[in-house]
Amino acid sequence: MIEPNPHKSLFVASAQTKRRATAEKRFHMLGLTAIFIALSMLAILMTTIVAKGSGAFQQSFITLDVALLEAKLDKKGTRNPDNLKKVTTFGYAPLIKAALEQVVVARGIETDLTSKDMAAIVSKSAAAQMRDRVLNDPRLIGTTTEFKFLANSWIDGYLKGRVTRETIAKNKNISTAQLDFADRLIELGIIEKSFNIQFILGADASDQRPEDAGIGVAIIGSFAMMCVVLLLALPIGVAASIYLEEFAPENRLTDFIEVNVANLAAVPSIVFGILGLAFFINMMHLPQSAPLVGGLVLTLMTLPTIIISTRAALKAVPPSIRSAALGVGASKMQTTIHHVLPLAAPGILTGTILGLAQALGETAPLLLIGMIGYVATNMPETVSQGLLSPNSAMPAQIYEWAKRADPAFYERAWGGIIILLIFLVTMNLIAVRLRRRFERRW
Amino acid sequence: MLTHILILMVFALALLGFWLGKRKAILAATSLHSLPVHYASYVLLMTILPASLTLAIWSLAAPWLLHDQSLTLSNTNNTLAQTDTALKSIVVIIVAVLSLFFAMQKVSPEFRARNVVEKFILAALMICAALAILTTVGIVVSMVSETAHFLKLHSWKDFFFGLDWSPNFHGDSALSILPLLWGTLYISCVALLVAVPIGLLSAIYLSEYASSYIRGIAKPLLEVLAGIPTIVYGLFALLTFGPFLRDLFGPEGFFAVGWMSDTRSVATAGIVMGIMLIPFISSLSDDIINAVPQSLRDGSFGLGATQSETIKHVLLPAALPGIVGAILLAASRAIGETMIVVLGAGAIARFTGNPLEALTTVTTRIVSQLTGDGDFNSPETLVAFALGLTLFALTLGLNIFALYYVRKYREQYE
Repeated sequence: MIEPNPHKSLFVASAQTKRRATAEKRFHMLGLTAIFIALSMLAILMTTIVAKGSGAFQQSFITLDVALLEAKLDKKGTRNPDNLKKVTTFGYAPLIKAALEQVVVARGIETDLTSKDMAAIVSKSAAAQMRDRVLNDPRLIGTTTEFKFLANSWIDGYLKGRVTRETIAKNKNISTAQLDFADRLIELGIIEKSFNIQFILGADASDQRPEDAGIGVAIIGSFAMMCVVLLLALPIGVAASIYLEEFAPENRLTDFIEVNVANLAAVPSIVFGILGLAFFINMMHLPQSAPLVGGLVLTLMTLPTIIISTRAALKAVPPSIRSAALGVGASKMQTTIHHVLPLAAPGILTGTILGLAQALGETAPLLLIGMIGYVATNMPETVSQGLLSPNSAMPAQIYEWAKRADPAFYERAWGGIIILLIFLVTMNLIAVRLRRRFERRW
Repeated sequence: MLTHILILMVFALALLGFWLGKRKAILAATSLHSLPVHYASYVLLMTILPASLTLAIWSLAAPWLLHDQSLTLSNTNNTLAQTDTALKSIVVIIVAVLSLFFAMQKVSPEFRARNVVEKFILAALMICAALAILTTVGIVVSMVSETAHFLKLHSWKDFFFGLDWSPNFHGDSALSILPLLWGTLYISCVALLVAVPIGLLSAIYLSEYASSYIRGIAKPLLEVLAGIPTIVYGLFALLTFGPFLRDLFGPEGFFAVGWMSDTRSVATAGIVMGIMLIPFISSLSDDIINAVPQSLRDGSFGLGATQSETIKHVLLPAALPGIVGAILLAASRAIGETMIVVLGAGAIARFTGNPLEALTTVTTRIVSQLTGDGDFNSPETLVAFALGLTLFALTLGLNIFALYYVRKYREQYE
């Protein structure tokens, strides 16, 4: 008689089975951890961006009633625009001081600050803002008008919690007395945070005025570059793909072109920047920092992406379509242009949008063709100015802000990223929708 | 300004030709060889092409021819230029009208307009395709010529085998690529150490374990990570991750070890770059793992292997060549990555093994040498082209090798 061996029973797990089951569980957990880490990185990245960048859309404003004294702004009283223009921003600055002093007296605020220190909590852009408004509407002179000035970036940081009394102990730009003064003004509702449209539409400002900096001009620059990319890369890319996919004979040259396209897609983007600098700027003498050059460089960079996706779209059109067209007497060119291309169009469009999105976020080549270090303060007025005069681009502007010493610009950089990501997400959603809407299974 | 009007006039003539050609073809009526639009396009093309060719040649050649004379006759230079433009316009218009006339003569029912027009289109398509080669040629030529220029001014021994990188804008600087290559490779290795395990395990989990529901959520989310521009990762490294690391390892940090003095370091840039590469590795390996035939899995399960044993002993060995290719492609991305290292890695060229110290890379030096104020013909600026060429050669080599490897593997199961 054979003794029942407990280790051979199917109902009792042997040590080996247990070990294997544990190993299985461990491996499963390992995979789960990996995916968890990857996704939590995404979550951390996104929370950081939103947490640090959303502040840029809010800005502290100081609302003041300023007496626009005729004696200061228009001594002759003629309201002659030429005379008014002679009064520089220095002529306007004392009015702000006076307005603040008036608030102090009227509301009974106790402070030891001199009027100069009081006025320092207002942004340096305030005088220019006042001057612009007065020049636009000279009738304001002699009246008392309400102005909504930007607060200085330190005060703004104080309202947002970036600046505290401890962190400014050795800071020359702002004192605790000024923060006390700001506290009083906040209580009185004179300093308030509100939505800052200027960040989205406005121009970049110099190092001294982070509160005044906006990304609007850079958006225009990016838009101009994307127009160049779309106008060049799409037709050239589609033409090249049609040739390679439909017409190219199978020979060494075709092979060489194909290998070339595949490799160009993987060349580091900075190499395209070097090409742009050497060829477009040094050889062809196109202007530096111009969106046209940026667009040309990005065109060369996106071309392989567009070619690859277009070829995939053309390949997906079944041969029966081609045979049918050829059968009723169309030439090969007519077949391709009249039948294959329209059927491949949604795929081509999707690929193009994704290529554009990639180009929109690209920074490295723009560094080399001089779109960095340039303070984009002027809105271009004409199309040729938009293409040829120096400008920045969204990612370049973000980089520029990240490099500046004042931490107030970091908030702008993160805010800029939010805007950039909104553009990218929109483009990707359009691409996804296009694919869903027009996708056809043969 | 006159050139614009000239071009507009040629276009107007071409459109007139289009209309005339179509009319003539339709009026000829008896069974045409091609569609009227082909005849029309033929006339249009024949009007534009010779005229624009003349214009282009004239515009390119005129400055050369005028140059000699203008040196001696600087007073008459202006009038000379004027007569030149006037003459050019007249000649271009005459060429356009003549070719229009000639093309109209050709329009007849027997003329095979479709074939001719399509040949033109094909030529245009071919030129567009050749642009890919032209770009590569442009990259290589521009970098090789500047590199040759650099090597004339600077000894090649120092560039390839020197140990110091200390550009000095008064001249006499040590410009060696070795410390930069060390930084580049070190940071890339850190990045791959982060990206490969996480990316590969994610891919395995998603393709072998995850339910289709989880897969449907996690995969697009991973792709989001791939769509984020590198400047965002750079900013994250500079402003969030670097300070975080310093808070842990800095002199006043959590561990109070003082290993890290600056927020910029190999680890800062490397780990963030690793995050960027995760989706790259995972989507490539996902494709490769999915390409392994189901029969291999079934065979392994049939022999009693657990899922993890199947993956470790059957799937991974079968997919290994492809995965190696994917890692090589990721390595080439890491080597060529610019924004993360520009913002996160620092600017000190040295040989250090401490991952918490700043190092510099080839791409950061290209950016700093070319965005500085230096004279364009100094070796300190030109060295950027030599660095760029090295980078190009390195990544190209890796790519070609990886693509070859992946393709060779893919064909195995097809």
